[in-house]
Amino acid sequence: MKAPIFTYRRPDDLDGALALLADHAGEAQVLAGGQSLMPTLNMRLSSPGMLVDINRIASLRGIADRGEAIRVGALVRHAEVAESSLMAARIPLIALAMPHVAHMAVRNRGTTCGSLALADPSAEMPAVAVALDARIVLNKRGATRTVSARAFFQGLYQTARDDDEMITEILFPVARKNQIFGFAELSRRHGDFATVGVAVRARHIVGALDDLSVVFFGSEPAPLLSPGARDIILAADCTDTTLADAARAMTADMEPMDNQQGRGETKRKQAAVLLQRTLRDMLGRARIRSSDV
Amino acid sequence: MNSGDPRNVPRREAARLVAGKGRYTDDIDAGDVGHIAFVRSPYPHARIDRMNCDAARVAPGVIAVITADDLSAVCKPWETRLALLPTHLSPEQIPLARDEACWQGEAVVAIVAKTRAQAEDACERVEIDWTELPAIADLDSAAAEDAPPVKSGMPNNLGLDHGISTGDPDAAFRDAAAVVEHDFTFSRQTGVTLEPRTILASFDPRVRELVVQHSHQAPHQMREVFSAQLGLPLSAVRVVAPDVGGAFGMKLCAYPDEMAVAAIAVLLGRPVKFCADRLESFVSDNHAREARVRGRLAVDTDGKLLAMDVAVLSGFGAYASHPRGSAGEGLQAVHMIAAPYQLAHYRGRVRGYFQNKVPSGILRAVGQPLACTVTEQLLDLAARKIGLDPADFRRRNYTDADDKPARSAAGIVLSQLSLRRCHDRLLALMNYDGLRRRQTELRKEKCYRGIGFAAFIEQTGVGPQLYGPQNVRVSAQEACRLTVEADGRVRCATSVTDQGQGTRTGLLQILAQELGVAPDTIEIVTGDTQVTPLGGGAWASRGVALGGEATLRAARRLKSNVLTIAGSLLQADPASLQLQGGVVCNAAGLAQMSLADIATTVGFRSHLIPLDDIPDLEVVESFAPRNTPYIAANGIQAAHVEVDPELGTIRVLDFWVVDDCGRVINPMLVDEQIRGGVVQGIGAALYEQCIYGADGQLENGSLADYLVPMAGEMPDIRIAHVETPTAMTTLGARGVGEAGTVGAAAAIWTAVNDALVPLGATVTEQPFTPEHVLDRLALAGDQPRPT
Repeated sequence: MKAPIFTYRRPDDLDGALALLADHAGEAQVLAGGQSLMPTLNMRLSSPGMLVDINRIASLRGIADRGEAIRVGALVRHAEVAESSLMAARIPLIALAMPHVAHMAVRNRGTTCGSLALADPSAEMPAVAVALDARIVLNKRGATRTVSARAFFQGLYQTARDDDEMITEILFPVARKNQIFGFAELSRRHGDFATVGVAVRARHIVGALDDLSVVFFGSEPAPLLSPGARDIILAADCTDTTLADAARAMTADMEPMDNQQGRGETKRKQAAVLLQRTLRDMLGRARIRSSDV
Repeated sequence: MNSGDPRNVPRREAARLVAGKGRYTDDIDAGDVGHIAFVRSPYPHARIDRMNCDAARVAPGVIAVITADDLSAVCKPWETRLALLPTHLSPEQIPLARDEACWQGEAVVAIVAKTRAQAEDACERVEIDWTELPAIADLDSAAAEDAPPVKSGMPNNLGLDHGISTGDPDAAFRDAAAVVEHDFTFSRQTGVTLEPRTILASFDPRVRELVVQHSHQAPHQMREVFSAQLGLPLSAVRVVAPDVGGAFGMKLCAYPDEMAVAAIAVLLGRPVKFCADRLESFVSDNHAREARVRGRLAVDTDGKLLAMDVAVLSGFGAYASHPRGSAGEGLQAVHMIAAPYQLAHYRGRVRGYFQNKVPSGILRAVGQPLACTVTEQLLDLAARKIGLDPADFRRRNYTDADDKPARSAAGIVLSQLSLRRCHDRLLALMNYDGLRRRQTELRKEKCYRGIGFAAFIEQTGVGPQLYGPQNVRVSAQEACRLTVEADGRVRCATSVTDQGQGTRTGLLQILAQELGVAPDTIEIVTGDTQVTPLGGGAWASRGVALGGEATLRAARRLKSNVLTIAGSLLQADPASLQLQGGVVCNAAGLAQMSLADIATTVGFRSHLIPLDDIPDLEVVESFAPRNTPYIAANGIQAAHVEVDPELGTIRVLDFWVVDDCGRVINPMLVDEQIRGGVVQGIGAALYEQCIYGADGQLENGSLADYLVPMAGEMPDIRIAHVETPTAMTTLGARGVGEAGTVGAAAAIWTAVNDALVPLGATVTEQPFTPEHVLDRLALAGDQPRPT
């Protein structure tokens, strides 16, 4: 468990990093928190020729309020996101999901952007980004583009990022007043990669939830936004049977993988249970909120 | 925890270890050390057609590239044999595979380089042409009539076929009022120590002496092994176990790759080191527990156990673990059946098979958890069938070995037990009636909680009757050498070793009390064959039970010697003197002279002592239980769980243990031993599993996917003691190191199946993954429900 030899570079500014990525495209990898990269290096599962350590690039730090969205820079650790009162107040889904992200030690070092760049199918933050329709900002030498999270994740560890690009920031849209969120996952132990999970955003209208964004993760090669969810409207007083039918309809969109965590069909059933419970909880919270009004 | 109890002395080394100041094998410096990395077989079973190491030999930093042929000059082959079990015939082994690799992970080539990283780089340059051979992974394939052999030349894969029969089980089953049966699958587990296996071997060719620093439980055993295989006299081999970060039985065996390290040290005449990394630990540390069991139990209408019939299939892996063999798990699984209960008729049979998998060996509580699980689960099924409360049912059937010795149906020797007292204490501790009431109420709300029991016998302080008759050179005694230094401090060199249990602290307390000296004037020395007397080390829960007895005896003899000398110097009757706090006091309790005064006089001015023969200030005492195979301890555990029948998940809500390990020296350390053991048992039932594909490939070789139990999922574990000192020793302590592990998985089995009763399902495969729970519920849902 000793990493193979690689070249190590630690540029002080973004241009320096992008130049290295441009000059060594396909060979260079960005090192931010290193919580996934370092183990794969030590296990010799990957052997990049060069590591570009971005930890000294000040412009990549920081959480910033941009009005309609909150910006999370490439060097922002999960722990900073979790501790941010701005994030908690304005993007409730992140507050719901963050406690499920590994353990404190990993959150202290691992970055939210890094989690998106890796696109581990079991990771929580990609699913959250898809549910929220976050925008991912990609930079390369001389160019910047913004990709919707819903278009960014393309398959198992596959993303829209090109080899000479890096994620410099994510823009999470802030919650609208009538939006409500839910999150649940099944993992064998707390902090483990999820067997299956759901991230949900919905609109709260009088007596119902609609405009559902339901994302399944863990079981799928990449976060899966349920196409069927959009057309579902859930009445606040809907029966368990109705809810179960709705959950089943949405989980029909899944293409769950068979692996050590279980057979895909088992995960589909578990996802339906998680979704049903999450929606029931959201309906309950929606009702409380409307009675407040 | 009894925080106010003065017996709760903290471990002296704990602060140092927690502060990162451990002195583990990998922390020891040696000049010019060569670091070893192994090329391991990527295949479960394959022939080596051609090997090319040329590129590796010229890789940067490489000192030597070693293959099987290189080592044959310095290391003899070995064969693991147990004299009384001739079928447990393991193929001859050498440190590195020569023509054929028999498990994925078997070491084939050793690279010695200036750094471990360079050694790993060079490993990637070794070219081997393999031809894959048929691999035997699961037990059925191993047992098949026409199964290909695990290693070429083996007649078949059967490595153990052992049966016992008591009474007339067939008749008892025929006449029984009720018969229950259940199938059990136990997955492979492994030890997962914090400190991986590590060995640093140095050979001085000038004097032909080998010194091995070794993360191991039994340094004296390893001295025997290295001496035998490397052809060196015992006195030329020194094995030292420095700080060891966990072992759990996994560090009891002579691993081929470690044998290679010692042999390479001899071959090269220079120090070499190997520290297993986590990935290779999973494919080279002994595995354990793999078994399938079918059990049947017959009871009468009064709720009395009549007969049991248990058939065990046990998986050995590619070779028997050296030198103790791999038969223990299966043998214990049939012999510990119903150990806590009265039972007249019993039939047990175990068959064990070699497989193309990592060799299996010892893991905390060897086989006892399997027997306990089978027994307790069958008891619960029978209680339910005849409509008795499971707690009451157990209490009716406990063996009657409190006052008179007894033997269980499978031959386990029992004496001075306290099962009923432990039982009653447990029910009070857990508020059993209240829990049952709450369970009933919650079921109406579709909340499925279960309460499970596991009464257990723990074999502790195992003596020479186990390995002696098998002709296995493993010492079963424990010994203690006490020396009064000239400054009055006391050195205690014990054969017992400590991998984190706190045994050293227990011995320290015994010694301080028996001798009459302050604890901070005592040094405990362990794990160095040059310094410590011959003994077992750490296995079968022996540290305090046997090592403590040797310490007590040595302390009493030393004290007598000290007082004899003091009596002559003071012109007083030694019987009138006392040693307290390192000071000799007269009959009036007045201080007369210190231990330092006496040691100085003996050491430098012995002409002043008016005795013809001066008794020694260095004494050695040893102890082994010779009239009994082991000292049985007993207890009972209970688990309270909640099953989510929709997700298949299980939450452990509470856990209780009442244990009788005889005299308790340090309640805090005893409780932590029990808790650690319980956590390991919960891990077995719910999490831990070496997942093999049908092709014999291990599919989860890292801590990301081999799930060890973590603190967040563990319940509070409440512990109480019944103390019945054993009459086998003066000290009265029984062992406790494996108590938690013996019964914890069984308590989870019975609790989970209790929770599932209203749903008509039972679990049968450990660990209980969410998918297994859901599959069993689906199966129950498809079947007509009993009314």
